[in-house]
Formats: sequence, C-alpha cells, structure tokens
Amino acid sequence: MHVLRTRLDTRDETFRANAEHHRADAEALRELVARIARGGPDRAREKHLSRGKLLPRDRIAGLLDPGAPFLEVGQLAAYGLYDDEVPAAGVIAGIGRVAGTECMVVANDATVKGGSYYPLTVKKHLRAQEIALENHLPCIYLVDSGGAYLPLQDDVFPDRDHFGRIFYNQSRMSAANIPQIAVVMGSCTAGGAYVPAMCDQTIIVREQGTIFLGGPPLVKAATGEEVDAESLGGGDVHARESGVADHLAEDDGHALAIARRLVARLNRPRPQWLEQALPVEPLYPADELYGVLPRDTRQPWDVREVIARLVDGSELDEFKPLYGDTLVCGFARLFGYPVAILANNGILFSESALKGAHFIELANRRGIPLVFLQNITGFMVGRRYENAGIAKDGAKLVTAVAGARVPKFTVLIGGSFGAGNYGMCGRAYQPRFLWMWPNARISVMGGEQAASVLALVRREALTARGESWSEREEREFRDAIRAQYEHQGHPYYASARLWDDGVIDPVQTRRTLALALAAAARAPLPDETPFGVFRM
Amino acid sequence: MLESVLIANRGEIACRVIATARRLGMRTIAVYSDADRDALHVRLADEAVRIGGVAPSDSYLRIDRLLDAARRTAAAAVHPGYGFLAENAGFARACDDAGLVFVGPPAVAIDAMGDKARAKALMADAGVPILPGYHAAEQADDALVSAAAEVGFPLLIKPSAGGGGKGMRVVREAGELVDALVTARREARAAFGDDTLLLERYLDGPRHVEVQVFADAHGGVVHLFERDCSVQRRHQKVVEEAPAPGLDPSLRARMGEAAVAAARAIGYRGAGTVEFLLEGDEFWFMEMNTRLQVEHPVTELVTGLDLVEWQLRVAAGEALPRGQSALSLAGHAIEVRLCAEDPAREFLPATGRLAHLKFPTGAGVRVDTGFEAGDTVSSHYDSLLAKLIAHGADREQALARLQRALASLQVVGVTTNAALLSRVIAHEQFRAGGVDTRFLDRYPELLVPPADPPNTVVLLSALALYAAAREEARTQARAIGDALSPWAVCDAWRLNKPGRERLELEHDARHWTVTLEQADDGGVHIGLDEVPAGHAAQPVAERTTGAGTRHYARFDDDPQVRTTVTLDGHRRSLACHVTGDSVTVWHEGEAWSLARRPMSREPEDVDAQGSLSSPLPGQVIAVHVAEGDSVSRGQVLMVVEAMKMEHGIRAPDDGTVVRVHYRTGDSVAEGEPLLVIE
Repeated sequence: MHVLRTRLDTRDETFRANAEHHRADAEALRELVARIARGGPDRAREKHLSRGKLLPRDRIAGLLDPGAPFLEVGQLAAYGLYDDEVPAAGVIAGIGRVAGTECMVVANDATVKGGSYYPLTVKKHLRAQEIALENHLPCIYLVDSGGAYLPLQDDVFPDRDHFGRIFYNQSRMSAANIPQIAVVMGSCTAGGAYVPAMCDQTIIVREQGTIFLGGPPLVKAATGEEVDAESLGGGDVHARESGVADHLAEDDGHALAIARRLVARLNRPRPQWLEQALPVEPLYPADELYGVLPRDTRQPWDVREVIARLVDGSELDEFKPLYGDTLVCGFARLFGYPVAILANNGILFSESALKGAHFIELANRRGIPLVFLQNITGFMVGRRYENAGIAKDGAKLVTAVAGARVPKFTVLIGGSFGAGNYGMCGRAYQPRFLWMWPNARISVMGGEQAASVLALVRREALTARGESWSEREEREFRDAIRAQYEHQGHPYYASARLWDDGVIDPVQTRRTLALALAAAARAPLPDETPFGVFRM
Repeated sequence: MLESVLIANRGEIACRVIATARRLGMRTIAVYSDADRDALHVRLADEAVRIGGVAPSDSYLRIDRLLDAARRTAAAAVHPGYGFLAENAGFARACDDAGLVFVGPPAVAIDAMGDKARAKALMADAGVPILPGYHAAEQADDALVSAAAEVGFPLLIKPSAGGGGKGMRVVREAGELVDALVTARREARAAFGDDTLLLERYLDGPRHVEVQVFADAHGGVVHLFERDCSVQRRHQKVVEEAPAPGLDPSLRARMGEAAVAAARAIGYRGAGTVEFLLEGDEFWFMEMNTRLQVEHPVTELVTGLDLVEWQLRVAAGEALPRGQSALSLAGHAIEVRLCAEDPAREFLPATGRLAHLKFPTGAGVRVDTGFEAGDTVSSHYDSLLAKLIAHGADREQALARLQRALASLQVVGVTTNAALLSRVIAHEQFRAGGVDTRFLDRYPELLVPPADPPNTVVLLSALALYAAAREEARTQARAIGDALSPWAVCDAWRLNKPGRERLELEHDARHWTVTLEQADDGGVHIGLDEVPAGHAAQPVAERTTGAGTRHYARFDDDPQVRTTVTLDGHRRSLACHVTGDSVTVWHEGEAWSLARRPMSREPEDVDAQGSLSSPLPGQVIAVHVAEGDSVSRGQVLMVVEAMKMEHGIRAPDDGTVVRVHYRTGDSVAEGEPLLVIE
C-alpha cells in the first residue's frame, strides 16, 4: 500500500488564505441551500400546514428510516431562473433508505407554485428517474402537484424528454422490477393523474389527495356537470369505488407509514459484485480540502492532496506512476468500496490519455467503479502533439470512458474545459452521478482563452476590413467575454440547469461518493462491455 | 440443626429464608401455586412442590396441601414466613401433629395474641401498659356505647379478628358512634367472617415503635431493640428504621423490658414483635405479631444478626445464640417497601410484567426481593416487590445511601411507589426524625408526582429515544449483513445541510418538539420547544431556531453502549429504558415516562369500529347485552350468523344500550338496525 503523505503545511499563510476563501464559498453554498430548502413563500407554507399537511422535507424525513441519510439530487435546480420563484424547481428528489432499502424519493413541493411542473421540474423528475433506473432504486412519488405549468407548456409538454416521459419511465421501470409507488398527498390533476395511475401501488390520503384527469372547473366547462373535488376523485372514491388507489390513509403520517410497509415487502436482494472492506477514515481531515485548493485556478497543485483526503487510510496504489504523470490513476478504497480513481494533475498529453484508457480497461475488467476527479483545461495543443496523433489517443480515452460497464462517478474539483470534459467523463458520458465543487468552472474553454481567441479573431476581422480597434475597446470586449464565461461556467449556473446532480461542499465529497457507490451497487453489473473500436 | 425446611410461603420472604437455610446446610423446599411456577423462590429452592391454583385459598392457605408437600419431600421443618398461615394456630398445630417442626411460636401463643381483646387483657395482667379500651365479648350497641364513654374520644373501632388496618374506624364524638358500629361490623364480617369489635382510645399523633423479641424453649427471652415504623399509609408500613430516632436509652430499655414481659406472659418461643404506640415518653401495647416481620432486615443490620438463623436454631431446640447483655446496636438502618401500587390513585395495586428491573447495589445497600426482570406481578398476592434497606454508621449516612439507592432503582412495566419513597426520604420532617403515623396524611402532596417533567427530563428522554432508534437501525443493518453501508450510518446526513431530526414527545397533556442535529464533533445540538396545547407539531425541517431552548449533548461512552451523556456540560449516567416508542427516564428519584407522539392518527383495529346493522341477511344466534347495559368500544353485542359465518356486532364506541331490536333466533335482513346505543 502506498500511503499518501501530505506536503502541505496547514499553518502556511497561503494554505490559510486558501482555506478561508473556499470555506467562505462553502458557507455561501450552505446558506443558499438553506434558503432554497424553505420552499415556497411563508404564506404558502402556512396555508399548507394549516390543512394538516406536512412540508415535503418533513414528509421525506417521516418516510425514511430513523436517522437515515438523504442524498439530494438537483438541490439548486431552477436557481436564478423563472424569476427565482421556483426553489429546487418545486420538487425534491433524492435517495434515502426506507425500511432498509435505498429508494429514489420524488416529492412535489406544493408550497412552490402549487407544485406545478416547470421545464426544469420535468427535467429534474426525469433525472431522478434516470438515477433510479440506472441504480435499480425503487421509486416513491410523494405527489402533491397541479400538473404542468401551462404558461410554459411548449417547454413542458410536447418533446421526448417532457412530461409524458415520466410515465414512460414508470412503465419501463415497473417492467424492470424497479417498483413504482405513489403516495397521493395532494392534487394529481390531468397528466399528473398518471403518476399514481401508472404506479405499481398507490396510497391516497383521505380528504386531501385527489386524482382526476379533469378537475371540477374543466368538468363544468366540458359537460356542465357540477362536482366537488372529493366526490370527483378523492381518497374514498379511489380506494373504495374506482380502485385507482390501493390504500386509504388518514393523514400524511399514516400514508408514509403505509409506504414504509409496502417497501418492506418488496424483496430486493442485494447483488454481490462489489465487496466492501471495513471503512477507514483518511489520515487527513476533510476540511483541509479548503486549504489544498488554490484561489487562482492557474496555480498548479498536486491532486494527490485531494485524494489523500477522500480515500480510506489515504492509501492509493498508483498505476504507471512514472508515465503520463498529468493523469493520476490508482486503486483505492472509499468507505470500504474498491474504486479506481482518475484525477487530472495537469493538461492531458497522449501518454496521459493512453494511461487513462488502459487503466479504465483494468477497472472495467475487474468490476471496479471509476471515480473521475476533473480539473482539466484540455488536451495539449500544438503541431508536435497534433502530428503525434493526440486526437486518436484522446479518442481512446473517450472510447474507454464511454463504453465502460462499471459505474462511473465524476466530481468537478476545478476546471472542466473542452475535450478534457469528455475524456474525464463529463455529463454526456453518463456517469451515475456528477457533482461540482463551488470552485469548479465548466465551459467549452476557459474564460481567458475564450477572450483571447475571440479577441484575436475579431482583431483579424477588423484589420482585414481596415478598421481600428483601440486597446480600451479590446479590453472591454475581453472583459465582457470573461464575465460571460465566468457567469455561465459557474457551478450555480450549471446546477440550476441540471448539468450536474448538485454542487457539493468539498468536505462532504467522501460521504457523497460513498452513498452513491453503495446505491450504485444495488444494480447488477452487466456482463458485457460494449467498447467501440479503439483507434490505434 | 434441622436437615431441611419447607417454606410455606412465596416472594421475597421465601427467598430470604432459603438463603439462610442454605447457608446453614439445610435442604430447602419451596411450594408454589400455578401462578408462581417460574417464580424466583421456586428457582432458588433445592426442590419445589406445586400446591394448587393461583388463588391463595387454593394454594398457600391450604394446610392439607402444604403438609402433603412436606411429607412428599420428607421435610423436617416448616417455615411459615409472614402473612398467609404464619399466624394461624391451626397450621402450627397441624405441623406438630404431622411431626414437623414449626418454625414459629407454639400454637397456644399464637392463639393468645390472635384474639386482640384477649391479648390486651393478658398484657394488662402482665403489667404491660395498654390503651384504655373495651375488649369484652358483649357486643350489643348499648354496651359498646357505654364502654365508649369510659374509653373516651376520639376512639378507634377495630375488628377483634382483624389486622393490617382492615375495618378500622376512627370516631371523634359520641354522636357518630352508632353509625360507625354498623359499618364496622359489616366490614369486619366481610373481611374476617367475625364481626366482634373492640374499642380503643385513639391517639392523634402517636409513633409506631415496635420491639423485636426472641425466645427459646429453655426460658431465654431477649429483645433485639426497636424499630420505628411510623411512616404508614392506611396502617400499612412504608418506611421502617432502627433504632427509633431520638429514643432515649432509658425509654428504650423500658420498652424492651415490657416486650420481654409480654413474650414471657404467653410462653413465647421464636421471633416475635411487640408493637407499641409511643407519644412523648409514654407507650402503650398495640399488638404482638407472632412471626418474623417484613421489616426484620433493619434489626439484622443494626445488630449484625441473622434472625432467620435464630428462628431455625430455636426451632431446632437450641438456646438463644446470645443473651441480652451480648446484644448491642451498631449504626442505623432504614428500609423502604417497594410496592406495585399507584400512590397517586389511592394506592391502587398495579400489575404487569416487569419489562425492566434494576436494583441498586453498593456499600451498605441490601435488597430483599422475590422478583427478577421478566417476572409478572399478578393481582393474586401482595404488592411488595422488594425491600430496599440501607445501613450506615449513623442515620444521616443511612439516609444518604438509601437516597442514592432509590435514585438508581429502575422498574419498568409496573407502576410502583418508588418516587413516593424518594420523596419521603427527602422530606425535611422525615429527615429531622421522629415523625408520627399521620406523617403521610399531613403531607398528601408526597403522594402526587410532580405534574411537569423538567426540561432535563425531556432532553434526556429525547436523547434516549434518539440513541435507541440508532441502535435499532444498526441492529437491523447487521441483521441483513449491511452494517458497513454508508446508508446505515444513522446521522440523518444531508447534502449541504445539517442532519437534523425531529422528535415529538408527549407526557400527559404536554407536548414538545425536540430537534436533534448532528454536530461535526460527534455531539448533538438540541432544540427544545414546547408546543402549546391544541397545536399541531411545528414544522421544523427547515426552520432555523424556535423560541425554545438550545442545548448540546454528547454520548460519552462507547457509542454502542451510550449509558453516559454529557448534557450542557453536565456528565451523568443516562438512566433510561426504551420500549418501542416510549421511554422511562429516572431523574432525581422520579421516574418519568414520555412517549414519542405518533406521526399519524392511524385508526385502530378497523374491526373494533363495528356497525350496529346486520352486514348480511341472516339469523341472530346470540345477544350478549340487554337494554340499559353499559358497553365499551369494540365489545361484541350480538352475533349474527349468515352464509354459515358468524359475524360479531361490535360497539362502535363506549355507550349505553337503549334498545335491542332482536332476540336470539330472529331473522334479520341486510342493513337492518340491530341495536341502538347512546
């Protein structure tokens, strides 16, 4: 075993300054999350409570096992969008343990615009289902939603990955024995009615939950029939007459208790392809991560300092430590689970890419999950490298990443720019989960490079037209580009659009990865690896 | 020494006798009723014989069965313990006749003291001071009324055959007498089958001080000093101590001599207790108990003797091991009787299974009991669970030790008087010493538990439930081979948020919301808010801080054990017992039971809801109630047979039957109302 030893002095001035900077970032994140977690405006919350309903996060806490962790997904969804009035996109999603089984829980927040589905609400719901599908997690839908947000219906209804996909997924998962359970704790109108209707089992709360294809106003408009919501599609109607619901609950708490009993009866044996050893804490405390990261992204630093604070006993057995050293590859354990780590330690060269592809093949053959720690400005450019075929070596890495059968996990711990994002398992490469640190940035290239490249192109164009470009004008041009990249590359911007599964406080990375690894181990490991052609 | 002894008793005294007999090398034989098949005394004895059903009249009071058991086991002697047949001369005689050594006084001595009126006359003749009273056989109202005038008021009416306070009445003035006689006769007849009454002067503030005597068959009689048993509730002793606080040595000597004289007067043998009432430096003979007393341990601790050993030696014909001059007092001992009863509800006997039982241990602490955790306390026998006895160099030390002992006592499953005992021990008047028999009447607040648990109790309860839930989750995770999973770590982990949990606790009408938040250092931040009556739970998942109090706690021990907790910088043992959703916390002598408020108002058994109409067309095959009957929710009122199935018609709620529409044999149609209940 190779135990990683830190080379950092935690009393060092730079370390302290770094720590202060990144801790402030983490604090800001926590404050933002706390604000988002409150859900809708106080007025809406009070109204919700006055009806005897639990707030969605209290519902989730009541559903989960006592003291169980909850790995939330898409916490910052819709942040800064829709006038910032739809916290968490109006739906809370995450993995939690119910009656000893890890489940995907999707809970509408009726205090946020009545729980209606904005485009990002749909995207988040679908992402939650995708996670459930990939990791074989039973789904529990705590439904309390007015359905699609009509003013934005063109971004909610018609396309493949819009509202209808939710029910398609339910059907496909049900077929794959990924149980689908709905707890109707409020409205399920129109399309929303299909969430409980498409579930394997459905619970409805008396005099609170309703399920109908058309609500009372629509019925009146369509047929002139006057009917109240409860007799149209209330709990008693569906549990006793229509059979749309299977269980009638007295209140939220009762409904959650029934849901727990249903999950307890699911019969979900654990696949045994990932052996867990006794978890051992790293040698160095996690909060030193704040000091490890430089404040200036251009400062070089050793990614092993991060690995030393993530893996069991800070032990890493490096693969080809002397070759392609800008990509650190190595085997370790994380919370007892074996992992194969690929971590950028500089720009990608042909050797690094080849080493990475080889290493992925090893892990893939052995059934060891892959963890990518991304901090990449891109592949090396220049005549020498292009002529040596860096494109085909990069392609080998991308091919290996794309085809690997083992679960992949990606954490953006710094920059994520250009083709480096592909080689290091960006979102497009379907890692089981992808998270960003608050200091991470994601864009097609760095803001500085983009500013330089675009300024160069523009200057050439202007020069060709015989126009002049003052230094001030160029500086303003560059600043604007940089500002745009900084804004759009910021993790909050990315996470709001669900380009990732969440921004995480670096100190929580180990636990987050551990929970994700354990959840991923719930799905069987495919026997075959459909790698594409490795261009030689 | 005798070869063997059969203990014709049960509970702690049977265990007590077995312990000494075994130490002396004797074979021990227990007897048991069906209710006691697995009782501690049966498990401790070398042999045990079943003597009948659960009712004492069918077992422990059956002389024939006891003698048969002695014969079958070739027992040499019979120890009667106390209660049951201990003061039954017929039993003593029957033992003699069967050639068994009866470990107790001769039958004639029992007879002499058994009849209270005769006993007083005998004592008066022997020069033992007695209260003015009327003890004659003539029971006509006239005779009693004129006798009462001589005795003086206030006076006490007692059944002649009685004991233990049953049927006694205080009469304060002549006008009340006749009515009181009628009631007393009725009660005496019901309780003892004998309505002979006696009258006695009633003292308003006497102490109950009794003297332990011992006599052998060779004319030796000694006393083993006194016990003060003044703390009583309805003439039942609650606290006993030796020596009596503040008793003058010369008074002690006088009382001892009187007791010895009493024993001699009736040709006594074995252990006996002469009970006196003491007021100032005057004392009067009350009665003599011709057996070993419940409270004998305090005498044992201050004399350093084993009274059961003395009993067995005397019964074997040996002389008393020591003479009067060789007996002396050492230190002070106090005993409290831990009973299964509810002091706040007029000492209603409590029953149930002792789900959890932890007795105190330590220097100077003795516990005599017949129970172990898991045993059942039934209503068939007396309510004594255990005697907690503390011995110290002086009264203060004995009190301190007893207080600590009571603080570490833990009983769950059965209501006890433990908190009352703690309150008595802590009471200023009691600590001062010399309280009289009206002590508990004078301080009725001692019987009532404090209504509201202090915040510390709520916090400790929350911590206990929190820890227990985690332990339960860990156990389950281990059971499915998943103990190492990060999902099995019970810290309510949340992404970018503190892991916060909520507990809703309730106690009577009070309701608290406790939030527990895992701190980075492994401790727990706690928020405590009381929810006003009638309000629903506060939503706390996302709130910051409420108006309540904030606290911080750490479990100090091995996290798997969690027996010690530091709460707000105060480290203490977490004395608690969790059963499902409820927790008992012991705090400063009080036991508090708080329950986790159920998350839902889930309906109870749906069957119990019932309907008063016939579910199907059928025939009434049974009617269990009549008009005017009170019924309780869920009770079966009528049975209808339909489609070859019996359908019980249950009361939907508590109420009174006002109409029964059908009789057995009637046919009913579907949906027909069968009964009306209001």
